[in-house]
Order: sequence, then C-alpha cells, then structure tokens
Amino acid sequence: MNALDQAKQYWYPVGMLDSIPTYPDVRQTRLLGMAINLSRKQDGKIIVTHKSENWLVKEAYDHLWTSPSQTPKQLFDVPEADEKDRRFVPCGVVRVRCSPLRAVENFLDIAHFPFVHTDILGSEPHTEVAPYSVDIDDDKDEVIATKVKFFQPQAAKSASDGIITDYVYRVPSPMNAILYKTCPSRDDVQDVIAIFVQPIDEETCDVWPWMALYDDDSTMAEMIEFQQLIFLQDRSVLENQVPTKLPLDPKMEIPTRADLTSIAYRRWLKRRGALYGALLNPTEKPSGASNSVAAE
Amino acid sequence: MSFTLYDYALSGNCYKIRLFASILGIEYERVAVEFYPGAEHRSEKMLQISPAGTLPILKTSDMVLSETPAMLFWMAKNFDTPEHWWPEKNISAQAQILQWLGFAGDLTSTIGQGRLNALFQTPIDKDKIVKGGRAALRKIEAHLTEQSFDGNRFLTGPDPTIADIACFPYVALSPDVGANIGLDHDEYPAIRNWIYAIKSLDGFIPMPGIYAMHELKDHEIDYGAQKPSIAGAHK
Repeated sequence: MNALDQAKQYWYPVGMLDSIPTYPDVRQTRLLGMAINLSRKQDGKIIVTHKSENWLVKEAYDHLWTSPSQTPKQLFDVPEADEKDRRFVPCGVVRVRCSPLRAVENFLDIAHFPFVHTDILGSEPHTEVAPYSVDIDDDKDEVIATKVKFFQPQAAKSASDGIITDYVYRVPSPMNAILYKTCPSRDDVQDVIAIFVQPIDEETCDVWPWMALYDDDSTMAEMIEFQQLIFLQDRSVLENQVPTKLPLDPKMEIPTRADLTSIAYRRWLKRRGALYGALLNPTEKPSGASNSVAAE
Repeated sequence: MSFTLYDYALSGNCYKIRLFASILGIEYERVAVEFYPGAEHRSEKMLQISPAGTLPILKTSDMVLSETPAMLFWMAKNFDTPEHWWPEKNISAQAQILQWLGFAGDLTSTIGQGRLNALFQTPIDKDKIVKGGRAALRKIEAHLTEQSFDGNRFLTGPDPTIADIACFPYVALSPDVGANIGLDHDEYPAIRNWIYAIKSLDGFIPMPGIYAMHELKDHEIDYGAQKPSIAGAHK
C-alpha cells in the first residue's frame, strides 16, 4: 500500500462545526492533495464532496471530520468530550508550511518550551527534561507518554504563578495528538488540549487546535488567544525545519533522551506504514528546503 | 492618565501599542478581543466602542482612537518620555516621522494582509500583495542603508522615534507571509541591523513571529575569577 492509500483510511478535520457555510455557499479546502467542498444543506445535514464523490462525514469534538475512504478506521475516542462541565474551545485553523507529521511531533516535544514559549510554558534555567515513560498501547494502537513533568511559569490562561506541570500525551492516529495537563485551578482534574491536523498535502497542513478546560474565569477570547499565541510561536519554527517532511531514519535527525516520545512516534509511524508526509530513505532528496536555512 | 487597549495577541498593529507601552513603562488595562475565528471586533458590542471595526482600539476616559499612528503620537506626547520619540521642537524631524507613519500603512496593506492570508486563508490577490511587500522592504532597506552611512541606526536619526515603532512589526513579520518569495530577511542586511537595534531597546517585548534576542543568563556565564568590567555586557 502506498503512503497516500494508507493515509486515506483515516478521518480528518476539515472545519469547525459552528462555521460551516450553508448551501449554496461552500467552503473549499484540500485534503491529501484533493480538492473538497463542504456545506450545510437546508435540512442541517453537512455534505462533503470531491469531484462527483460524496464523502463520509462525522461531527465530533466541535469539528467536522471526513475521510476519502468509504470504510475508514474508527475515529479515536476523547472521553473528556462528554464531560459537560468542561469548556470546549475550538481555536480556529492555522496554516503551516510543514509536513502534518512535523506539526504533531512538535506538539509532543517539551524540550523547546523555555526557548520558544519563553516565560509561558518554560523558562531558563529550568530547561531540564526529567526522565519520563513512553509506551505503545497495543489495544488502542496509540503512542502514550506518561510521567512527563516540567516547570512552567504560566501553564495556562488561568495560571497566575509558576507550577510543576504534569503531562500525559496521546497520539491516537498519525495526524492527531492530545495532551492532558495539570489544571491550574483544580487538583482533581486535568485540562485537555489537542491538535487535529488536516493534511493539505505532504508539505502543508492546516492545524485545528482544540481544548476542553476547567476555567471559570477567562473569557473565550482570552482562552483562544492564549492557545493561538502558543501555536504561532511554534509556527515560525516549524516553517524553518529542513527537510519539510518528517525523517524516519534515526541517522537523519539524531534524537536525545528528551525526544523519547518523538522516537516512539516515528517508529510507530514507520511500523504501520503511515508515511504520508514522512521521509523514509535518507538518500531521498529533501524538498522544500530554503537555501538560507539549509546552509546553516 | 492611563488607557484601555482592546487587543489581539497575533496582530502586528496591536503589538505596536503593547511594544511602545512596554518601552515607555506605561501600565494599561488590556482586553483580549477574539479577532479570529470569532471576528469579535466586528460584533455589535465592539462596534459600539469603535465603529471602525478594527483592532487595536485605545480608549481613555474622554477619547477613542482606532488608528495606530494617532495612538503612538498620543502616547509619546502624554507620558513623561525621552523627547526623541517625538522631537517636540524639530518640525522637519516631525515631518519625516509622519512620512513613515504613512508608510507603515503600506506595510499593513501588503505584508500585513499577506500574513493574515498565510495564517488564516483570508482572500487576497497574493501576487499583488507579495509584489507590494517586496517593494516596501526594498524601500526601507535602501533608506536604512543611507541612514547607516551617516551613523544612524534608526529611520530618522540616531535615536528611535514612533516611526520605528510603527514600521517595525510588519517588516519583522514579513517571513511569515511565505518562504522564497523575496520576503525573507536574508537579502536585507540593513533591515536586519535595524531589527537588532529595536530588539536591543530597554523594555522590548516579543510577539509570536518576533523573538527576543537571546539574553545570556547568569548560569551560562563563566566569570572566572572576576566579573566582567564592561557595563551592560549582560542583563
């Protein structure tokens, strides 16, 4: 099975449910290199079309999901989405010129917090990534990182002081990642933050951040802005990574101990043949490399 | 006298006001407005505050401003600040500054629009926008190069003015529009020096896409037997 066919088996986010245009208005976008149109009919039903095909649709986690396959793999479960007292915050979409897999991998990384999200998610000299655990959950076929701890000056919009934040990361499918982190205002629950990635093509993606939080004080605007601020700090880094695709050969980008989650993610992608947006062969010519960066 | 700033963290125009306030050490009240995806700046509630339907909005007890040049001018005049930000007695310097405040509008309508498109897929004529952005960068590069011949680090002289604050964000953010379309800073050495000069100002703050220069922290410095004698070698 080639990389594209493998990728076609999954569900992908293509819009926020509260902003799907009503027919005859349509939202035009692309998925896995294919042009698609989406709109809501008068009866409320949402239609996704590619050329003359009607694709399956699913409404979940405040987003519209679709798949090029008529028999896609099951969409992953986020049980916290049923907890009615959480505040659900879809944050819009941000386009990034990088492989969808690079966007997911960046989301899983903590070591960059003090340098990219300075004085928010991390700060110097608190740069050490303490040992943590990574497993592949064979039942769910997910990558899981647990016991991740990091000092954060402002872990969330609702945090006023620095705290040691506990993280759990889940990668339930190649282009989606979910994290659970200490809720600054409550001891008994964890905040949930996810990125749902829409692969435009192998080197471009639209990222839909989504949160399910316990926060009684912040306005919606403040919560969305906080997440957008964090993600836009990542964006300029992501757009300058070379090669644009994610290399799966460990000789191409040499990992350290802090990159355990990334190592597991790359291996897991390779094992399941999820190679859309990946660079498998180290001799394959990297594309999309800007000269200036490649020269560094 | 203070003010309320209706603000959006990702906006280069809003950042001008946050940056200048930080440099001047002014405290103000900040209200986050959901520019995207909610378009809250065009909501009934926000239009009642400012019918322009734009961000930022600077509001005082007796005035509402929606244009950033007016805000920068008001801030420079109203707070006890070094006079170089708005040279009170130098009419020709003031005229030069006003030129650049106008030019800052061109930067917003080219690079600013191109960046919004790159982030959020807003509809634009991309070729025209990119061409306009390149022309704007070349103009400012040529000007800054000439300034450097006279030993000037900033747009209108040796000291920064509100013209530098107004032009800085969208020049610094131009790589956000896209790679390999002539909007990277690689080919603009004078712009890069000017960006360093602004980032070196006391009170400088970053925004997403505009990073602070790396400061050496105490734990990174090996003083050896004695502390360095050069003042300001690190903060």
